[in-house]
Amino acid sequence: MATAAEKEGVVLLDFWVSPFGQRCRIALAEKGVEYEYKEENLSDKSPLLLKMNPIHKKIPVLIHHGKPICESLVIVQYIDEVWSNNPLLPSDPYERAKARFWADFVDKKVYECGTRLWKLKGEAHEEARKDMIEILKLLEGELGDKKYFGGETFGFVDVAVAPFTAWFYTYETCGKFSVDEECPKLAAWAKRCKERESVSKSVHDPHKVYEFVGKLKKKFGLE
Amino acid sequence: MEVKLFGAWSSPFVRRVEWALKIKGIKYEYIEEDLYNKSPSLLTYSPINKQVPVLLHDGKPIIESMVIIEYIDDTWKQKPLLPIDPYQRSMARFWSQYVEDKFYESVKRAFFTEGEEQKAAVESAVEALKPLEQELKGKKFFCGEEIGFVDLVAGWIAHWLEVVEEVLCIKVVDPENFPSLCAWMKNFVEVPVIKENLPARDQMPGFYRMLRQSGLASCDGK
Repeated sequence: MATAAEKEGVVLLDFWVSPFGQRCRIALAEKGVEYEYKEENLSDKSPLLLKMNPIHKKIPVLIHHGKPICESLVIVQYIDEVWSNNPLLPSDPYERAKARFWADFVDKKVYECGTRLWKLKGEAHEEARKDMIEILKLLEGELGDKKYFGGETFGFVDVAVAPFTAWFYTYETCGKFSVDEECPKLAAWAKRCKERESVSKSVHDPHKVYEFVGKLKKKFGLE
Repeated sequence: MEVKLFGAWSSPFVRRVEWALKIKGIKYEYIEEDLYNKSPSLLTYSPINKQVPVLLHDGKPIIESMVIIEYIDDTWKQKPLLPIDPYQRSMARFWSQYVEDKFYESVKRAFFTEGEEQKAAVESAVEALKPLEQELKGKKFFCGEEIGFVDLVAGWIAHWLEVVEEVLCIKVVDPENFPSLCAWMKNFVEVPVIKENLPARDQMPGFYRMLRQSGLASCDGK
């Protein structure tokens, strides 16, 4: 008898702490899609990963009936288009464009700045700290008084940003600032996200993320 | 239903939006921006990036060229630019992102650097072309017989890259190593909507030389 996951034909190649992989997990959970999760060892990538993403050799990769889709926001949009329940992107073209802009903004800014924040020292670290606070304030400006970035419903931008909430603790500790103080609305939104099952089941404890970054720092000789 | 486009004559990001509008037969008012003296309107409509292109549709601004093209495709349904099938759409989005993140960024790095750093950027750019060459084998355009989303995003390669090569005295697209890409470039600029909407070739080297000099002088390279 085929399992629900086998029937759907969905496999996700991923790495536990990756916020990009978590976006895919959250999107699949929001849609109620059963899938097979395969954890990759990034120091020893599987032949399947190298075959399914020969260009970037990176996770996440969604495999649907044997066909690979790569790049997390491309994957999330694919999920939204194939499973039309609980739409993540709004139906209005202008709102869709705004959502795509902000998701792209997060993609270009948050992870790169966060990496600078935990990796660099001195003046470069100070610049990363200022940049991170500015990025979070811009996100908060877009959120405004809304429940979610998507308005009343959890949407595309929420999926794009939610995994990074687990990294707030790391950014705060490395940058010596408080998201609660600098961006109280964003902090409140992060709490609301954690209450959603799709997020709480996909995103790890912030202390685990901090531990992971600590190990990376040791690996790069930064401790 | 008023459509306005804030642009700059030399920008390939602006042209790709114009190509999309013209393919769909959408009438629009074009407003040329002086990028060294940006208008208050531009700064209002694009407060974060402060860049062209900005599409204004019934007073609502849309920014970032690829976001704008998807908006155009979502709003005006004739002559679709993205495929209908979700898997094909995801491939189109993947390749557009690839051209932008891997190839364009390497060329940009080469453009604003010198010496060893530039050499490494050029090598990176050439490497980045190889998957594109593979993807184009046996195809006229990225998604078939008609130009679409990926062609518009990659289109700058067919007209602007040669100018970059001239200004930097480098060769990135060698016809011997990239025959499919070269064929695609020829086919792309022959499409009437494209051919009639390209910046004047003779005005470009001077402009780009100046741009490179000011970029190097500011030690910014951004």
